[in-house]
Amino acid sequence: MSVSPKSRKEMPLTPLSSPTVGSMGKTGFWRTFRPEVDYSKCTRCTLCWIYCPDAAITRQEDDTPKIDYDYCKGCGICANECPVKAIAMKREEE
Amino acid sequence: MAQTIIDAANHIAGYAAKAARVKVVAAYPITPQTTVVEKIANFVESGEMDAEYIRVESEHSAMVACIGAAAAGVRTFTATSAHGLALMHEALHWASGSRLPIVMAVVNRAMGAPWSIWPDLSDSLSQRDTGWIQFYCADNQEVFDTIIQAYKLCEDERVFLPAMVCLEGFILSHTYAPVKIPDQEKIDDFLPPYKSGWILDINRPLSHANLVSPEWYMEFRYMIQEAMENAKELIPEIDREYGKRFGFEYGGLVEKYECEDADLVLLTMGTMGSDAKIAVNKMRKEGLKVGAARVRVFRPFPLEEIREFSEQAQMLATIDRHISFGMEGFLASETRASLLSQKDPPLVAGFIAGLGGRDVTSGTIEKIAKKSLEWMRTGKVEKETEWVDLRE
Repeated sequence: MSVSPKSRKEMPLTPLSSPTVGSMGKTGFWRTFRPEVDYSKCTRCTLCWIYCPDAAITRQEDDTPKIDYDYCKGCGICANECPVKAIAMKREEE
Repeated sequence: MAQTIIDAANHIAGYAAKAARVKVVAAYPITPQTTVVEKIANFVESGEMDAEYIRVESEHSAMVACIGAAAAGVRTFTATSAHGLALMHEALHWASGSRLPIVMAVVNRAMGAPWSIWPDLSDSLSQRDTGWIQFYCADNQEVFDTIIQAYKLCEDERVFLPAMVCLEGFILSHTYAPVKIPDQEKIDDFLPPYKSGWILDINRPLSHANLVSPEWYMEFRYMIQEAMENAKELIPEIDREYGKRFGFEYGGLVEKYECEDADLVLLTMGTMGSDAKIAVNKMRKEGLKVGAARVRVFRPFPLEEIREFSEQAQMLATIDRHISFGMEGFLASETRASLLSQKDPPLVAGFIAGLGGRDVTSGTIEKIAKKSLEWMRTGKVEKETEWVDLRE
């Protein structure tokens, strides 16, 4: 959340911010390749969730990974790490 | 009961950290600072001091650990010298910009190359623009008192800035002298526990000092300048209050000696201030109207107090244990700059002395004073910057 102070008196001494979802805007449109999970192959090992550098994969209660395409930048680390090759990287326009 | 102990200034800095009830110390050893944190390590190990002692792999990490600890809301201390301080440089800006009241003892040591372990002020003075308050001490007692005063100042919400308490290597660091350590309850009463303006808390995640756009950056800079101006007001107040409670007072920003009617005022920093007093005593006996003023706080710079000298004195002589290559000593530069707006400013002569630990005795200072008096009488400063005792 960003607050715009009206004067210097309202400003904190140093900039402070609380973490929020997408405080700097959505980044999913940076993507060239899109990871797609084949849930029939997925073993719910959670490695993709652990490795995702952008925390764009959430772990469901039964350990099923869910990719948040608003923030996934398409780096492909999840696909690379998946031990059963359940994640495919597909060109965005396809 | 207050007790008087005889110990080296470095150990005294350790006693001060203990008396201030510092909670986190992160430090890396470097000569001549090492015995400061050795003393603290002993205190922590023996249980006399209830603090977390973090051993780190470099001074940069030491400062960053202090930043983290101070941001978590605890009183934090570290100490370093010369190249260790230089290695911290980048992190020093983060400490002041995050408005964290870290106190650090800087045991002054000349910068290499060539390699030197002996004192001059080039290490701390080259950190002039980092947003840290800078105190310079003249004796062991002042080291203790200034560390306590520094916490009082830095943790004031009108300031919230870090401070360096500087003491010259060997001249003070390893030299034993009597120091009065006040009662712990009286120190606790003077220095209550630290209350931070904001803290890092895992239950309320927060990031600090993050990216700001050009639209906001200048205001954050201005607030640091404002805090420095506030510190200028508060330092003499805190010093007087400390003096009332504990019996030691240092003139606030500038310690003046025989300045009231002086034609010539000798401006010094650190231990030279003590030698200057001896020189003044001798010259006063000869009927020479000479005074000495020790600039105890270099940031914020006491420019108003320097200007006050111009009402009486005909000449100021600055003695720098420092050189800014290609210009002059910083004390000379700041003094000249302070006087520029004055109507009828006194003459200023800059002297460079004691670099790399070369002795500056009262005799050296007397020589400087006599030369300055000569120039004062002719009304012409023959050399703007004179290197004292330099080989031909």
